Amino acid sequence: MKLTPEEYDGLSKQASPKSKLLQDCLWAFGVGGAICLLGEILRQSYLAKGFTLTDASTMASVTLIVISAVTTSLGWYQRLAAKAGAGTLVPITGFANSVVSPAIEFKSEGYVPGVGAKMFLIAGPVIVYGLAASAVWGVIYCFIRTL
Amino acid sequence: MSTQQRTGDTIRFSEPPSIVEFGAVGGKKEGQGPLAAQFDLLFEENTFGEETWEKAESRLQRHCLDLTLKKAHCKPEQVNLLLGGDLQNQCTATAYTMRNVDVPFAGLYGACSTMAEAVGLAACFTAGGFADTVAALTSSHFCAAERQFRTPLTYGAKRTPTAQWTATASGCCIVKPQGDGPYVKAVTFGRVRDYEICDINNMGAAMAPAAAETILRYCADTGRTPADFDAVYTGDLGIVGSRLLAELLKKEGVALHNHKDCGLLLYDIDTQEVQAGGSGAGCSASVLAAHVLPMLRRKEHNRVLFLSTGALMSQITFLQGESIPGVAHLLELSSQREG
Repeated sequence: MKLTPEEYDGLSKQASPKSKLLQDCLWAFGVGGAICLLGEILRQSYLAKGFTLTDASTMASVTLIVISAVTTSLGWYQRLAAKAGAGTLVPITGFANSVVSPAIEFKSEGYVPGVGAKMFLIAGPVIVYGLAASAVWGVIYCFIRTL
Repeated sequence: MSTQQRTGDTIRFSEPPSIVEFGAVGGKKEGQGPLAAQFDLLFEENTFGEETWEKAESRLQRHCLDLTLKKAHCKPEQVNLLLGGDLQNQCTATAYTMRNVDVPFAGLYGACSTMAEAVGLAACFTAGGFADTVAALTSSHFCAAERQFRTPLTYGAKRTPTAQWTATASGCCIVKPQGDGPYVKAVTFGRVRDYEICDINNMGAAMAPAAAETILRYCADTGRTPADFDAVYTGDLGIVGSRLLAELLKKEGVALHNHKDCGLLLYDIDTQEVQAGGSGAGCSASVLAAHVLPMLRRKEHNRVLFLSTGALMSQITFLQGESIPGVAHLLELSSQREG
């Protein structure tokens, strides 16, 4: 065939169906917003029970993480995520899902090389670069503060 | 051997071997698809009673091999060679199946193209007089493939519209030098083609050039065109690859009006959420055994071309930014021995 990879790239782009951007965005907005709303409801209820603001915020996050871990292990989180995309990925529940799902998946390879080593397969880079970025920002902040 | 003819890349058998029996086994999603009634055996539970997905795939294969041998009234000790493969690292699903089957075994890896590769080689072995009974067996398992090539099953990811769904299915064919058909009249083993597609979620686009290349070479070698056949089956280009195949052949002046893709036959893509269609070494294998060969046997088809297409990357080459090479092997199948 007399076809260059560049020409084929054009053909392939034409042949590939596009994501339904508006529908996907609405799902992400609705579900992501609902998760955040749930977080706020949790925080307000912890505050109402007499927790300090810091404790209530931490407890709300922890509750969301527990809900995500439980729904991940029941296979429900993935079903919602298949529709919601970034709506389930971005909130703290998405981070919990990314840790719990490999932990479940790789249990068959043992607790050390499976669960232990593979648990941070997806979340690991977020933690590594998150920490690195915060260290860099810490240094920058140290200089800015003195100005 | 001297009576066989080879022109270019195409081997034409002067005495075409026969696929005397075939069997297809599928999982839950395959059992909800349009071909469900044509499968020999379907399972509601994709664990197949095993603890791990890897063991489940071997169990699936074993069911498929056992039932196909039973249909052929053939004992395992009568099989001279089993050619088989799957998608797991180092082809372990098939190797572990063969731990308990006392038959000479040659493992093959052609990704989703493995079934046409296995049947093509089985036809060569039997027509060449090197074996009397050869089994071709392949499988894929959605859960085993997904964790190997992509992300954990319960990870909340959204699949792109070009992604394909790995079939949980297995297909088996028993090939003999003689029999009542369907017959393997010719085989064209494909050449690797890489048009620099790097998206692991668009395998149809990666494989379409290989399919086009093999069809063009077969046509050049034999003087035939796709229009000479009742159907041209590919497995598994999906929506994207099928569009591209038609486009590529059109550019070369070959019309393709009778094309069907195994990845689009196995599932109802409008309702089953498989995005661009099915894929996997078990997809074309099960569609061949459940749908194509029975149609040839019932004489609803007289002559078809059957191609299995494979994307030959690994998770490592993908992460290293390598593009995805594709390959496609072609079988010319006929309900008649002569003609």
